[in-house]
Amino acid sequence: MSGRVVVIGVGNPLRGDDGVGPAAVDALRGRVPDGTVLAVSDGELARVLELWRGADTAVVVEALRARPGRPGELHTLTAAEAASRPAGTASTHAFGLGECLALAEALDLLPPRLVVHVMEVADTRLGAPMSEAVRTALPELIGRVAASVRRAHERDHAR
Amino acid sequence: MNRRGTRVLRLDALARVEGEAALHLSVEGDRVTGTRLRIYEPPRFFEALLAGRGHTEPPDITARICGICPVAYQMSACRAIEDACGVQVDGPLAELRRLLYCGEWIESHTLHIYLLHAPDFLGCADVVELARGRRAAVERGLRLKQTGNAILEQLGGRPVHPVNVRTGGFYRTPRPDELRPLAERLRQARDDALETVRWVAAFEFPDGMCDHDLLALRDPGRYAIDSGTPAVMTVPGDGHGPALRRFPLPDFERHVVEGQVPHSTALTATLDGRRHLTGPLARYAVNGRWLHPVAAEAARAAGLGDPAAGARCDNPFRSIVVRAVEVVQAVEEGLRIIDGYERPGRPAVEVPPREGAGFGATEAPRGLLYHRYALAEDGTVTEARIVAPTAQNQTAIEEDVRRTVQSRLDRAGPAPDDEELTGLCERAVRNHDPCISCAAHFLDVTVERT
Repeated sequence: MSGRVVVIGVGNPLRGDDGVGPAAVDALRGRVPDGTVLAVSDGELARVLELWRGADTAVVVEALRARPGRPGELHTLTAAEAASRPAGTASTHAFGLGECLALAEALDLLPPRLVVHVMEVADTRLGAPMSEAVRTALPELIGRVAASVRRAHERDHAR
Repeated sequence: MNRRGTRVLRLDALARVEGEAALHLSVEGDRVTGTRLRIYEPPRFFEALLAGRGHTEPPDITARICGICPVAYQMSACRAIEDACGVQVDGPLAELRRLLYCGEWIESHTLHIYLLHAPDFLGCADVVELARGRRAAVERGLRLKQTGNAILEQLGGRPVHPVNVRTGGFYRTPRPDELRPLAERLRQARDDALETVRWVAAFEFPDGMCDHDLLALRDPGRYAIDSGTPAVMTVPGDGHGPALRRFPLPDFERHVVEGQVPHSTALTATLDGRRHLTGPLARYAVNGRWLHPVAAEAARAAGLGDPAAGARCDNPFRSIVVRAVEVVQAVEEGLRIIDGYERPGRPAVEVPPREGAGFGATEAPRGLLYHRYALAEDGTVTEARIVAPTAQNQTAIEEDVRRTVQSRLDRAGPAPDDEELTGLCERAVRNHDPCISCAAHFLDVTVERT
């Protein structure tokens, strides 16, 4: 479907800061233009490929475990930048977003436009609450994702 | 490698294993002296979370344990709660549950076959390399997996962590016309599933032999998925009692005993004091005679012997073929259920609470999943117990790793280097599709700061 914008929050809300992607997506419900699909995912590769199938723009929101880390710090990556990251060997089912993007590219399944917003996180244990640094930075992450969605729709309208 | 020396090989994170695990392998000279699979995940979080909840909540809460097999958790939870409350769900509601479970088998097995396991046999580092060289195969795998997703989405309400399942049945049951598109997809999936069996059967398999006791549900007349009685099959002629013995599900914890080992936060288990294996190899041995004729023929053609005559597969490297046969089985079973479906009069039967204990077990894609709940009179959960297949399989996996590496060390010719041993260990672990943490998702990167 031409012009479709899909936002995918990747992560597990039961694991403290790992829920930052789904939390950002939940915060956008009712606040994005029609034609925006809001989805959450555990990041399993085939499901992510399915979620952005047919989309014109995909916006992915993801937690980032960095060493050394600065919890709450935000990064915005292009598809090429995200794909060049090492595969996340600690990811749920052995696939990181980098591997997902590489597979999508090999199978010609990358959406025409893709942007990745990530936040560095601190505590991802099962049952942990979201850390203060991540909670503090969440509104800015939501703002960045909303801006990406807005720009995608503006681009579509300008065509 | 110095064949005289001692060395320790540590795999800090196993690639292409579902979840996180690490393996510690000790080799002294030509002998493997230790294999320790380390699992990071604290396993008891969910059991503690369940205590104090209402009796209708475990299906939704336990679905969160695993993103790949949520239906298994929901079905074992439902069966246990319904058992505690003296309720039996049968007829079209039970058939719909089985259909949902077939969707999960298709999805989970296909994920493992194509995205995780096949690269091992084709000399590819990962599925990305596989896709570059064998695009049509990977596309077939994704197509097949999406058929499983479609079943989960239709019956479960969404593709991940289904929300339409409840104790007693469903919140909403589909009209027959809503299932027709699924039947169409399943008919297409049948070709892909059969082609998958042919594809994996042609792989080159290392020699491998396991002699673990096999534990699977047994459901006479049909291949066990969502119901059955625990059955144990020992290696024929090993002197440990009859080749097949059964025990009632309420006795499960007397037979399958969990214990903590120092190197793992998860629990490991023994079956009547012995090492055991659950999952596709066990199911095939115990239930093979009840495969659908199309799946049975695919198994025979793939070199798995005659399941109708009680054939078993003891080479763990060939588990990929058994999984592929089970995908055919799930597709055929799904078609049978949809063809005979009549919408039930109500979406769920009442499950009034009562004080007592209940037991439930089903066959998750990677093996037998057991739940037990104790309920108070008002239905409050006072105790929950979950025994997952990967915890049961841990000791068997360690033994498989030991044998695989030892077999390589015993071979004449140049000694293996660390890279080769690492690859062998990873393959031996992946043969059993362990689902270890089933929950975290990260981009794991190192950031340089200047």
